Amino acid sequence: MNAASLRGVYTLFAKEVWRFMKVFVQTILTPVVTALLYLLVFGQALEGNIEVYEGVAYSAFLIPGLMMMSIIQNAFANSSSSLIQSKMMGNLVFVLLSPISSLGFFIAFTAAAVVRGVLVALAVYLVAILFVDLPLEAGWAVLVFAVLGSATLGVLGLIAGVWAEKFDQLAGFQNFFILPLSFLSGVFYSIHSLPGIWQTVSQFNPFFYLIDGFRYGFFGQSDADPMLSLSVTLVFLLGLSAVALLMLHKGYKIRE
Amino acid sequence: MPTAVSIRSVHKHFGELHALNDISLDVPQGSFFGLLGPNGAGKSTLINIMSGLMKADAGTVSVMGHDVASAYRQARHALGVVPQELVYDPFFTVREVLRLQSGYFGHGPENQPWIDELIETLSLADKADANLHDLSGGMKRRVLIAQALVHKPDVVVLDEPTAGVDVELRQALWQFTRRLHADGRTIVLTTHYLEEAEALCEEIAILNRGQVVAQESKTALLARCPYRTLRLTLAQSDYHLPESLQALVTEAEDNCLSLRLHKIDHHIGDVLKALQTAGIEVTDLRTEESGLEEVFLELTADLPAETTCS
Repeated sequence: MNAASLRGVYTLFAKEVWRFMKVFVQTILTPVVTALLYLLVFGQALEGNIEVYEGVAYSAFLIPGLMMMSIIQNAFANSSSSLIQSKMMGNLVFVLLSPISSLGFFIAFTAAAVVRGVLVALAVYLVAILFVDLPLEAGWAVLVFAVLGSATLGVLGLIAGVWAEKFDQLAGFQNFFILPLSFLSGVFYSIHSLPGIWQTVSQFNPFFYLIDGFRYGFFGQSDADPMLSLSVTLVFLLGLSAVALLMLHKGYKIRE
Repeated sequence: MPTAVSIRSVHKHFGELHALNDISLDVPQGSFFGLLGPNGAGKSTLINIMSGLMKADAGTVSVMGHDVASAYRQARHALGVVPQELVYDPFFTVREVLRLQSGYFGHGPENQPWIDELIETLSLADKADANLHDLSGGMKRRVLIAQALVHKPDVVVLDEPTAGVDVELRQALWQFTRRLHADGRTIVLTTHYLEEAEALCEEIAILNRGQVVAQESKTALLARCPYRTLRLTLAQSDYHLPESLQALVTEAEDNCLSLRLHKIDHHIGDVLKALQTAGIEVTDLRTEESGLEEVFLELTADLPAETTCS
């Protein structure tokens, strides 16, 4: 990529960030309030009844899960909603008429989703630590899983946004795929507390490794080996990226 | 003359429909080129392939010598497209979308004077900081033109730019596109208004059912129709035409009579003389030259012979 191409990609990235910042009440504030409501309700209801990790309060255990759930939902929403809106409004044509390559398009949308995912998680963290003591045992893991989780869901959102032809299809993808997988990935519990079969099922949920690896960063303990979580996450991200790049390169549903 | 857009043996299918069937066209550099055809002829499909919004099933298209598939970056730099639909991004203001569009093409702050000039020239200054959502249809159309020009392309494609716009804006757009052409840009115009093509274009290609049915200069195209219409107002509504004129009548109502005359074979003087001999007094007359519309109809429709040029 030469300087002009890089500037093109940077502009698309900046536009995507600018877009969600223009509606930050909906894109940042609302998910933070939602996560804090979960913390309030589940934390209050279950605090003292459950101790997932030794010496870790349930409210503290919950916060990394809620942060990663916010990352999952918001990074996905960022690229998918921007794409479907641009397709429905017809203004995607302005990007498609430009010399930005498929790779540049991919990088810009994914990077913008990372920014939104990390911003929402950071906001949840900053508000939550006002009320709950939260350790930080391995900062690298928090950062790596936050970025990789946002990127993975940003790419998944890109795939869904390119594939969906109407809002209804995208809502279906979100409600029947993203939401169940994120709720059933250990946000509210350790998979060790599940019956055997559900522990096995959970191990096939890639979102479980995102949350578990992210949680390791805070408590230094987790359900799975953090290196396994990192490997699964990387394989998942690379697999989805290959699919997304192929779709963009072929012009699937956007240059047809 | 060097070629701005070269289209070679392009095919495109949509399921069973053969939307473009072996299209080959050359748009000369610096020309004002009209791409005409009825609805469904394939004009927009061809423009979409030219601009990279769609892929051809077969054939090649190049813009300023750059293949739109293998050298898409250079081809897209050379091309500015004004889409047919009034599409816009509701999140941004006029100035913001122009900066973004400029950035997509790799331009930075150095392009700001050109953006300001476009805003000024297209009379967008009052609305430069207004959200696109709040603009009228005419203003949105102007923004689309500014977006197409923001990277200073050599070739500008206007896909039915005056569809649904009022007379004042249409005149302003005509004036602006003439200015772009005078500045040395190649203009490709698709339009349903044949008088628009006749007034603006030097070269015209007519598509019908996915095929090129004509590509020549406007003058040559107009010369394909050697007829003119003579419209007469007679002193009386009760008359008996001489036999020699009866075959030329295309319309007769009360005391108004229209005759279709061959430019070489039929002389107006002879017609008037025949009427005078038959005792028919003419109180008024005017002639109408055949236009692009008649040529277009002949090339694109299966119409009775008397309504076409043949």
